[in-house]
Amino acid sequence: MNTHFWSVVKRDIKIGWQGGSTSSMVVAFFIIVVTLFPLGVGPEQSVLARIAVGVIWVAALLACLLSLDRIFQADYEDGTLDQYALSRLPLELIVIGKSLAHWLTTSLPLILTTPVLAVLLNMNDAALLPLIYAMLIGTPALSLIGTIGASLTVSLKRGGVLLSLLILPLYVPVLIFGVMAVDAGISGIGSNASLLFLAAVTLFSLAITPWVSAAAVRLALD
Amino acid sequence: MEKIDTFSVLNLSIKRGDRSVLRGLGFNLISGLLLKLIGPNGSGKSTLLKTLAGLIDIEEGDVLSDGISVMGNREWIARNICYLSHKNALKSEFTVLENIKFWADLWGCQNKILYSLNQMGIDYLRDTPVRYLSSGQARRVALARSLCHPAALWLYDEPTVGIDDQGLDYLSIAMEKHLAGGGMIICATHDNLRIKDEMVKNFDVTKFSVSLSSSGDDWS
Repeated sequence: MNTHFWSVVKRDIKIGWQGGSTSSMVVAFFIIVVTLFPLGVGPEQSVLARIAVGVIWVAALLACLLSLDRIFQADYEDGTLDQYALSRLPLELIVIGKSLAHWLTTSLPLILTTPVLAVLLNMNDAALLPLIYAMLIGTPALSLIGTIGASLTVSLKRGGVLLSLLILPLYVPVLIFGVMAVDAGISGIGSNASLLFLAAVTLFSLAITPWVSAAAVRLALD
Repeated sequence: MEKIDTFSVLNLSIKRGDRSVLRGLGFNLISGLLLKLIGPNGSGKSTLLKTLAGLIDIEEGDVLSDGISVMGNREWIARNICYLSHKNALKSEFTVLENIKFWADLWGCQNKILYSLNQMGIDYLRDTPVRYLSSGQARRVALARSLCHPAALWLYDEPTVGIDDQGLDYLSIAMEKHLAGGGMIICATHDNLRIKDEMVKNFDVTKFSVSLSSSGDDWS
């Protein structure tokens, strides 16, 4: 059971990096969106420093959103999901495996590029570490909630827009606590409280995603 | 392979969404037989196979294996049913062998991979990425993968689409072998499968088909 779970994860990671390398495109998107902001709001360093954290978080949300449809879409179209549903590996585990693979191929590269973008936006040095922590704790929730949205819209031909409408409001808590964690870190209050809230959001999504998403996939296969 | 002696479907009714597709369908299949589903396009053959594979919920009726109800029993289905839909479930990013190996691992039957490639006559494609295959070759790969499955009951939806004469011969040999070993096959097809007549039982789904008989009253 365990090895089968990891082979599903590995398979999705391989596809993420091989098939036209969606992952590198998501990272490129993230970098471009963030670099647009200095062009848009002007090169004033104090302004950039103030908005840096929010910009990085919003760009990460959008980059994550952009890659969600690939979690189930290809598998649905080529019949792989049918075979998964018939296999002895529970669909709930497969959903979690795919979600984990999505996090590893999307959010993790984003987190790795964040320090560079922080410099680009003249972000406060003291903010970097809390931001990285907050992203490490908060981005799994993005993948998990996104998995639910992706499974709900998998059978729709143009589900992308609907997916954004469904998912972005649910990303709000992650954004709020993600930014609060960094602000608290800079001001010296300590970011623990916000990080714990982020962890709660992630754990809650981890608890419901397998059931909701597997049920949605079964409905889609009907 | 776990042997199944009889597989019966009793008084089956299937709805997709709000629309009835099949009503009052039933048959009895014993080991060593192929049930050939016939009927015009849209009569519900694929729906029936999908339902037997547990992908569509049954509205009414029962499915029995050796007299025991297995309706919606996922664990039983995973062990005893090999389902091949009209989609091939192959990833174009991977080679033929990688594709088959993934499923063979999941099904616990790695030792049959090379043999089944050989049975479908596609040894030479082993290391070819699936994106370079023709549709007929891809279909053969999907068939070879399904031959790895340890299940006794095969559900094939149009297995012959796209494959050539030689491929059809390979397929019929593999099917006869499975039947001779006590397996069962339910197959929807419009082609002649070239299997010994005594192993084939024809089953016309037309008379159970609601979508054909009620000329669209149910659409609303």
